[in-house]
Amino acid sequence: MGKTLYQKVFERHTVRQLPSGQHQLFVGLHLIHEVTTPQAFSMLEERGLRVAYPERTFATVDHIIPTRGLTRPLADPEAEAMLAALERNVEASSIRYFSQARGENGIVHVLGPERGLTQPGMTICCGDSHTSTHGAFGAIAFGIGTSQVRDVLATQTLAVTKLKVRRVELYGRLARGVYAKDVALFLIAKLGVQAGVGYAHELAGEVFERFSMEERMTVCNMSVEGGARVGYVQPDSTTYDYLEGREFSPRGAAWERAVRYWESTRSDADARYDDVVRFDASEIEPVVTWGIHPGQSIPVGGTLPAENGQGRENLREAYQYMQLEPGRPLAGTPIQVAFIGSCTNGRASDFAEVAELILALRRAGKRATVAPGVRALAVPGSQAVRAELIQRGHAAILTEAGFDLREPGCSMCLAMNPDRLEGDELCASTSNRNFKGRQGSPRGRTLLMSPVMVAAAALTGVVTDARRLMEGPA
Amino acid sequence: MSHAREDSATYDARTASELRRARITGRALPLLGDDIDTDRIIPARFLRSVVFEGLGEHAFADDRAALRAQGGLHPFDDPARAGASLLVVGHHFGCGSSREHAPQALYRRGLRAIVGGSFAEIFFGNCVSVGLPCAQLSPADLARVFALTSQDASLELSLDLTRRELEVGAERFPVSLPEAARVAWVEGTWDSTAELASAAEETRRVARSLPYMNEFLTETVD
Repeated sequence: MGKTLYQKVFERHTVRQLPSGQHQLFVGLHLIHEVTTPQAFSMLEERGLRVAYPERTFATVDHIIPTRGLTRPLADPEAEAMLAALERNVEASSIRYFSQARGENGIVHVLGPERGLTQPGMTICCGDSHTSTHGAFGAIAFGIGTSQVRDVLATQTLAVTKLKVRRVELYGRLARGVYAKDVALFLIAKLGVQAGVGYAHELAGEVFERFSMEERMTVCNMSVEGGARVGYVQPDSTTYDYLEGREFSPRGAAWERAVRYWESTRSDADARYDDVVRFDASEIEPVVTWGIHPGQSIPVGGTLPAENGQGRENLREAYQYMQLEPGRPLAGTPIQVAFIGSCTNGRASDFAEVAELILALRRAGKRATVAPGVRALAVPGSQAVRAELIQRGHAAILTEAGFDLREPGCSMCLAMNPDRLEGDELCASTSNRNFKGRQGSPRGRTLLMSPVMVAAAALTGVVTDARRLMEGPA
Repeated sequence: MSHAREDSATYDARTASELRRARITGRALPLLGDDIDTDRIIPARFLRSVVFEGLGEHAFADDRAALRAQGGLHPFDDPARAGASLLVVGHHFGCGSSREHAPQALYRRGLRAIVGGSFAEIFFGNCVSVGLPCAQLSPADLARVFALTSQDASLELSLDLTRRELEVGAERFPVSLPEAARVAWVEGTWDSTAELASAAEETRRVARSLPYMNEFLTETVD
């Protein structure tokens, strides 16, 4: 009987089985940021412990960083204290730090892959639930809490429970105008937000095989929104092409050996799965969430579900909070804010898709500027992404269209920096969570969708099927 | 590493007896609703701190304020529930962000155990790390426990992890939870650092054997 990638990589990294039945797992790559680590370093200090493998931990600042007017000390004294603590801790422990002072910073899940730190066949941890993003490379990557960050710092290992593996297969072809974000939201809507608890999701089939690394990252990123702490795609030539030549990628003779190792981690053809689900990709349409968790979504052309539909959920709370009504369409609903960015959709390809939409509209002689009364933020996932947008001319296109192009950070995905919703503003957002209050206002409302759909909403001022934008009068 | 191991052993010896969580007794704080995420448990703006101290007062800050504005009363603000130590919740409690601040806030609010329909995975792991036992009830039993505890705020509850049982007044309900977590809470071994550090030599051996730790000179996976 063959093994899955999850089983192979897990076994390779197992230090021992613990008396509790859990496994002690070696962590190959540890990524840290300013929010979930200061207490972990304090706990180490209290216990007189040192960082055991400082060369396996990499740091950056993303959650609290302002996206404009960055001067030190930061205007928010609490944010300044967190940034200063991170700087102190990485300095004292000789941890490589991608700092804003050197223009190297970015969202931790954008930065790891673009530097070549994230590689197949690794175990990767970070005090952030969206660590699942790195599974796009065929790594076992998962989010941990602060006490576990302490354990990784102190020992480079963790006590973990082995997950079951579910193969999530998507066959056929995606329709035009359907993006990776739609795939992620579709899968969550089909499986439910809790289905992934206890599972690693192996994302398989033609669609994921054809996907670019950026698209794979978007779907793996959202695995955790479907309850699965781990989501991964098998490494293949797309993965290796992406990695070749990056700063921390292996080189020369080591590169050849690396590819052989990465290939050997792929799930065997006769691997046994604990569960298999299959979906037809051609069913998927552009998806928009309407509720207060990422499973509450409809195709953009659909109508909102009945309040007491199927399943355990009562949707009244969601409808009350979102100020929406069952049976109505979502398309045409006015928005006040548009946000393009985050670890889900803050990579260069996401902004390139938006720039292409704007250019296509311009070529067709149509208006391609942000609608009056809409605040539109474009926040690159990293300094490298920002530089690429400028170099390729996409920054200029976005700016001319009325998007406010900022410095990189998590920004309005969770509003720990100054970027946030006000009052009950409705935001079309490329981020990953539409939880109550998530974007910084306790009454703020979030509609999750793909970057192109957010752009369509920004340009028209209402929720819009981006595929329809090219139709109709100029 | 050797001096570090001794220090952590001392640390554990000092606190081992305080770490046991075999039986948690107290009054209930019933909180209806499924898919309650960690952003609701502790909104992100309260994470702007380098310590966990003070988080307790901000647990469910936005939900509580929203209810107050409507003239309602959140269970966390109900004087009849003051001093309650067992939180009763629905399904998929603690979904979303990996912030350990969520269980930290609940613990610092005075809660000492959570019983409910089910728990999100990272949240559950963080509850192991902070010594806040979580136990699962069947849907029918959960409905009964909600009914009993909602009616009577003075009712005494006792969660016995050794017997895997929740007592609510005169009634008893079986609870389930992963064995590794149960043992860690019962025996007070949930602070894992010392145990992990005790395998430093085995850890080094595994590290040396990993292809990406040695220029990919060991390459195959069995």
